[in-house]
Amino acid sequence: MQLTEKHTEYWRKNLNLTLILLAIWFVSTFVMGFFARELATIYFAGWPLSFYMAAQGSMIIYLVIIWYYARTMKKLDDEFGVAEGDE
Amino acid sequence: MMGAQVSSNRAFYNQLKKYYTYYTGGFLVFLVALAILEQLGMPRVWIGYTFLFATIALYAGIGIMSRTADVAEYYVAGRRVPAIFNGMATGSDWMSAASFIGMAGALYLQGFDGLAFILGWTGGYCLVAFLIAPYLRKFGQFTIPDFLGARYGGNAARFVGVLVAILVSFVYVVAQIVGVGLITSRFTGVAFEVGVFLGLAGILVCSFLGGMRAVTWTQVAQYIILIIAYLIPVVWLSVKHTGIPLPQIVYGSVLQKVTEREKQLTADPKEKEVRDIFRQRAVDAKARVDGLPGTWVEGRAAAERRVAELKAANAPLAEQRAAEKHLADFPRTEADARRLWSGQVTSNNARAAPPLPHYEPFYSAHTDPVKADAERDRKRKNFLALILCLMVGTASLPHILMRYYTTPSVQEARKSVFWSLFCIFLLYFSAPALAVLVKFDIYTLIVGKNFADLPGWVAAWQKVDPRLLSITDVNKDGVVQLAEIVLGQDIIVLATPEIAGLPYVISGLVAAGGLAAALSTADGLLLTVANALSHDLYYKMINPNASTQKRIMMSKILLLVVAILAAYTAAAAPADILFLVAAAFSLAAAGFFAPLVLGVFWKRANKYGAISAMIVGVTLTFYYQATTQVWLRGVFGVTTPVAEMTWWDIAPISAGIFGMPAAIITMVVVSLLTPAPDKQTQEFVEHVRYPSLKGDTVVTLGT
Repeated sequence: MQLTEKHTEYWRKNLNLTLILLAIWFVSTFVMGFFARELATIYFAGWPLSFYMAAQGSMIIYLVIIWYYARTMKKLDDEFGVAEGDE
Repeated sequence: MMGAQVSSNRAFYNQLKKYYTYYTGGFLVFLVALAILEQLGMPRVWIGYTFLFATIALYAGIGIMSRTADVAEYYVAGRRVPAIFNGMATGSDWMSAASFIGMAGALYLQGFDGLAFILGWTGGYCLVAFLIAPYLRKFGQFTIPDFLGARYGGNAARFVGVLVAILVSFVYVVAQIVGVGLITSRFTGVAFEVGVFLGLAGILVCSFLGGMRAVTWTQVAQYIILIIAYLIPVVWLSVKHTGIPLPQIVYGSVLQKVTEREKQLTADPKEKEVRDIFRQRAVDAKARVDGLPGTWVEGRAAAERRVAELKAANAPLAEQRAAEKHLADFPRTEADARRLWSGQVTSNNARAAPPLPHYEPFYSAHTDPVKADAERDRKRKNFLALILCLMVGTASLPHILMRYYTTPSVQEARKSVFWSLFCIFLLYFSAPALAVLVKFDIYTLIVGKNFADLPGWVAAWQKVDPRLLSITDVNKDGVVQLAEIVLGQDIIVLATPEIAGLPYVISGLVAAGGLAAALSTADGLLLTVANALSHDLYYKMINPNASTQKRIMMSKILLLVVAILAAYTAAAAPADILFLVAAAFSLAAAGFFAPLVLGVFWKRANKYGAISAMIVGVTLTFYYQATTQVWLRGVFGVTTPVAEMTWWDIAPISAGIFGMPAAIITMVVVSLLTPAPDKQTQEFVEHVRYPSLKGDTVVTLGT
């Protein structure tokens, strides 16, 4: 079976999206964690920023990017005719 | 046909919504009824029993209603679990006794550094969502070894996958059964071993008759109980200290008060006095260790002499008994003495330390800036390593990944990851709040009180288990100092209802919640092990002609065998729960992540690469654990000093940090050195990448 150009385009877009979201995931976890001591001197709504991020903020970011991925991929499926039920 | 299926899914969803709404309402009514009975004078033990048996009977009822002999129903719940319900099921599958009971306590004791567990156990779902769940769902068979077998052509990869899945899940399930035993015995007063087997019965009624279908619907029910049980006490405690019932939003201000209080307590002269006493005890113990063997010989002789003297002088009986007890407790050998006294040096030094600043990342108490920097650096490294191991482990644990086979479509699988994390989030963003609120309560309401005025729960828990809570008047001033309090990790969640001043019925509810968390995780894990054996090993490799009836029969028998084996191992209680859990994560991360992710994203990956990656990853991780973890070192008789076996100061809990990259590198190198996979495999990869593909000839959906 030969993949069409459209299919390759779909996969490329998926990879781009995945990479961008993984970069956000990486920054909000590991970059934040690495600089936790520096960030602890900044305050956010009563919390030291690094404590807030580790206890809540990063988790909220995870939720948002997973939600965004599901939504964008659904749109992409429909746009490229690869959604289930389209065969 | 598609339209008909969508509307039947819709109807099914509405039906489920109705059932679980009634169920939640019924449960709340049950709670209120028990609260009223308590006010009318129902004894506490009865409340404990009622919770235990009512909830297990409930799970059994769901289990029996969900019994099935259909293969797709038995292995993947008919592949029609709506995203949000699969999210709840994954949530309770995911949150184990360690999350429910231990997590807030770990955060209390470790402050910022404990948040590694919060981050690691949630952020892993990003990897599940982006790299694994949608592709596994498209593949659409039953187990993780199924995927490995199909992608890496044949039984060799499947077989190694079966071994890894069993190793990981078995280690994890033993930890869960230990948790079940602890909760059952603590709240009903039965012996730990009896508790283990009672819990086992609870696990089996959920999964035995209906496999994945029964496990799914009991897990949803268990999620509802555990989240109610967790949130009620936290919300109440928040009202007590801030007047606002949203602990997660308002505890920032409480954290500031805790920080101020820490500073006061560090400078307080009475606190210093107590800490100095412990420092002196540590010095004394050190002197005894340094004086070995002479100190041991003399100490023993002195103890014997004293017994003889008292006897000869006909001293009061109580004094004689005390002297005899002292002699009996005296270390029997020089080696025992060294172990005991070295332990005393460490524990007394720990108690001589001022309170840990709760918010401060990577805290060091060293005054020498070079040493302090080194310690902070070590803590930061381990913090990041632990997060990575837990995250990648999350995306590699078979009992979690299996859940994404059960959704009706790829799109639902993606949505379902969101709901899973949301359900987990509800508990995980409350746990740090709980830790801070309890800390504030203890720092302000317990510390500084007269011993005579301590609330009743202190004495009650002290009696249950002094390792959970013990307060002793070390400097004999009649007032509680913070340094006089020793807390065990589990007490934070277990005692919160009493700290918040809630009726006993809520304590029973918390126990039921902990039990639900442990049972639901154990269910999922047992099913994973039994399926790996019955589906992958027996049906796919030994007897491919087995009838569906025989396959399910086989799975049920194996479920029973594995369950009993796990309970037997748990009753022997080999190591602490947290280490077992973390070990399972590291092993899974090192074993499965590379073959699963590269299998989808890199067409060139082949079976030689995958098999060697799994073997190298798991072996290296296990080697590191075996040579650096206290209990495993004992088992394998490792005598080389730990310092020599430790690489870059990484703690054994994060052993996967070495296994993971080793597996990825091995996989890439070996794949490139061996022939590329055939055209069929390439087409398989394309098949899983697209939710649907025109002209696709590959069929993988299992029946």
